[in-house]
Amino acid sequence: MAELLINVLSGILLLAGGVFGILGGIGLLRFPDFYTRLHAAGITDTLCAFLIIGGLLLQVGLTLFSLKLLLILLFMIFTSPTASHALARAALAAGLQPYYREGDSNDAAMTGESSSKP
Amino acid sequence: MNTVLVLSALTIFVTMALALTRALKGPSVFDRIVAVNVFGTKTVLIVALITVISGNHDLIDVALVYALINFITVVAVLKLTRMRDLAASGEGDITDG
Repeated sequence: MAELLINVLSGILLLAGGVFGILGGIGLLRFPDFYTRLHAAGITDTLCAFLIIGGLLLQVGLTLFSLKLLLILLFMIFTSPTASHALARAALAAGLQPYYREGDSNDAAMTGESSSKP
Repeated sequence: MNTVLVLSALTIFVTMALALTRALKGPSVFDRIVAVNVFGTKTVLIVALITVISGNHDLIDVALVYALINFITVVAVLKLTRMRDLAASGEGDITDG
């Protein structure tokens, strides 16, 4: 009974991770400019890793293997947002303008110029 | 249970294909870097999944090392695009506050 419950829970986590991964991939492919693509990729990257490694952790139980999985999860939770932040910052510093519609306020596009030296 | 694991691995492969498409198309260099970052993260997940599917638990060390290298790669390539030199430091470094 408990084993069935764990299997179902782990299956849900794994499939949800897969779905979020595909959503992130589609966002990465279809969004209009770099910052929106970074938004799609950065968020789903962390969430997908969290869900899939969580599902695997439920599968394998408490061993040295699960400790290594936990290490991978911990490292990804720290590095994935850091890499996204570094990418956004480097793109702003290189002068890549965020996408905005005609007629919208220009403020969002301009903040990158003025705040590159805080 | 193995079916769910394989299905999950297949969805990750589809995501990797999408990220690779963006890496090949990407207009700016940053688009390519973010696509390669996603590709690397998904590689770690696929190695972890293959470890559990095949039951060969030593393979997880590969995923662990790949996760470490992936982050260093992104930061190093960013620095290379910015400074044109990995050894350089000073004005305009991305590590400046």
